[in-house]
Amino acid sequence: MAVATLVEGAVPVDLAMRPCYPRAMATVLGSRAPRDPLLDVKELHVSYGAIIALRGVSLSVGKGEVVALIGANGAGKTSTLRAVSGMLKPTRGTITLDGGEVTGLKANQLVPRGMAHAPEGRGIFLNLSVAENLDLGAYLRRDKPEIERDREQCFTLFPILKERYQQRAGTLSGGEQQMLAISRALMSRPRLLLLDEPSLGLAPQVIERIFSILREINAKGVSILLVEQNAHLALGMCHYAYVLETGELVMEGGGKELLKSPEIRKAYLGE
Amino acid sequence: MAELVQHIINGVAAGTIYALVALGYTMVYGVLKLINFAHGDVMMVGCYAGYASAHTMGREHSTSFLGVTVVFLVAMGMCALIGFLVERFAYRPLREKPRLVALITAIGVSFAISYGFQLKLGVGALTILPGASPRAFPEVITPSDWLVVGDPSYPDIVLRNTQVISVLIAVALMAALQVLVFRSRFGVAMRAVSFDHRTSALMGIPVDRVIALTFMLGSALAAGAGILYAIKDTRIEPLMGTQVGLKAFVAAVIGGIGHVPGALVGALLLGLVEEFVVGYGSSTWRDAVAFGFLIVVLLFKPEGLFGRVTAEKV
Ligand SMILES: Nc1ncnc2c1ncn2[C@@H]1O[C@H](COP(=O)(O)OP(=O)(O)O)[C@@H](O)[C@H]1O
Ligand SMILES: [Mg+2]
Repeated sequence: MAVATLVEGAVPVDLAMRPCYPRAMATVLGSRAPRDPLLDVKELHVSYGAIIALRGVSLSVGKGEVVALIGANGAGKTSTLRAVSGMLKPTRGTITLDGGEVTGLKANQLVPRGMAHAPEGRGIFLNLSVAENLDLGAYLRRDKPEIERDREQCFTLFPILKERYQQRAGTLSGGEQQMLAISRALMSRPRLLLLDEPSLGLAPQVIERIFSILREINAKGVSILLVEQNAHLALGMCHYAYVLETGELVMEGGGKELLKSPEIRKAYLGE
Repeated sequence: MAELVQHIINGVAAGTIYALVALGYTMVYGVLKLINFAHGDVMMVGCYAGYASAHTMGREHSTSFLGVTVVFLVAMGMCALIGFLVERFAYRPLREKPRLVALITAIGVSFAISYGFQLKLGVGALTILPGASPRAFPEVITPSDWLVVGDPSYPDIVLRNTQVISVLIAVALMAALQVLVFRSRFGVAMRAVSFDHRTSALMGIPVDRVIALTFMLGSALAAGAGILYAIKDTRIEPLMGTQVGLKAFVAAVIGGIGHVPGALVGALLLGLVEEFVVGYGSSTWRDAVAFGFLIVVLLFKPEGLFGRVTAEKV
């Protein structure tokens, strides 16, 4: 499967050439419990040079929620996460984190505010050891004993990381790298965890294991914005979901409701 | 046999100086994937800063231990500052532009410094730009022979104090760098940035600051090398940075650019090769052989002796 890289090119021409027209409202299925938003994204626009990747995406993640963002390859899921975590500057729109506006802040400024982003492709530093990768997750923290404790917690979640602790991260398997990516993100003690396709390229048992741990993490109070191409998985575990199509939201609703929707079943669940 | 030993001594002494300069190329390449062609010229400015500080202190003071330390520190501080300015104003604005743009800028910065220094500019007694003619570098370390083997008037082997001190200083600086890169929090950040600066920012690493500090560090090492070179060569001139810089760059490429111990090995090899060419052949062949050596290495191992072929991430 082709994975978008951070270089220009390989862009569907129709997306770039498409004229602007008033956007239709996304279909809303079911209703959402009133919530205290941790992340609130309004009218987000993102471009790569002349290529428009997002045109007015609005979504929110409540405290303690798991929110899924699904959509086909190239829909703009990764771009959404990149803009939220400060890797990209949005051309328009606002991003609010726990009531404070954070639009335009850089990624390293958002980490201390509780944002952690396990990026597309896992973003493991393959030249560093597993230990160093984990330490980097806690780069801005100074509370040594607490860091130690969080590291032990990661080992409880993923015992394999303890065995591989002194190894170069480049020697890990794909599943182990994903576990490291999630653990490393947790090492910053985030309130909001952004995950970009954690299931990609992994064996079914590994995926199951990772998702059950994501539920555990969420149960401890970490809110999650989960990007997945595997709609079954994502809709099965989330409280609320958004469906993205060529840079725009086309549908949103509770995970259960979307799973039942005939359109979703046809377009994303292969029926 | 004695002659061979003598050449090895000279080659190692020269090689360690190249190594200090080569480390700067390699470090900057590591974090920015940019060949900083101005690196040698920054070193040259460091030499002039050392020259100025030695003269300001006067002969009796500049040759004392404290005086030598001051000469080194002034040169290193000056170069760190210039490295910072070059990165901040020449390279940072081009960070997201194609690498070629930054490369051409680097060549431009190199010319601007080396030719700028050939102008003569002063206000009253204060010299701002020194002019093109070479200047004698003060004897900040009074030369003497530490070890003489054979007849003193026709010695077989001579080991000069400046050679020993030069090697010791170079090794100490490299050891400090090694500890910094592999044992410190900043070092981990630096290696993370060199692998993937976008993901590094997601860890909370202030990428801009790490890159700036890397530049300053590499430049300071070059200043140390510059002073050692000036002591050995006893003279400085505005174009010296281009010559020494180019050799050190060759050394870094031979070792595998981006690879810290590789830079050391490449530099030692280059120092020895040059010394042997001069000793057993002719000095006119020195540069030709140095670059020939580079070509041979690149033909058989394009990534350098220690460089890894890094698989492109997908
Ligand atoms: N670095 C980039 N440069 C140019 N275009 C890009 C870049 N990254 C993504 N795009 C384009 O933006 C659109 C959205 O991509 P992306 O956010 O990666 O989608 P998804 O994660 O849903 O697959 C696609 O058309 C893609 O080609
Ligand atoms: Mg993606």
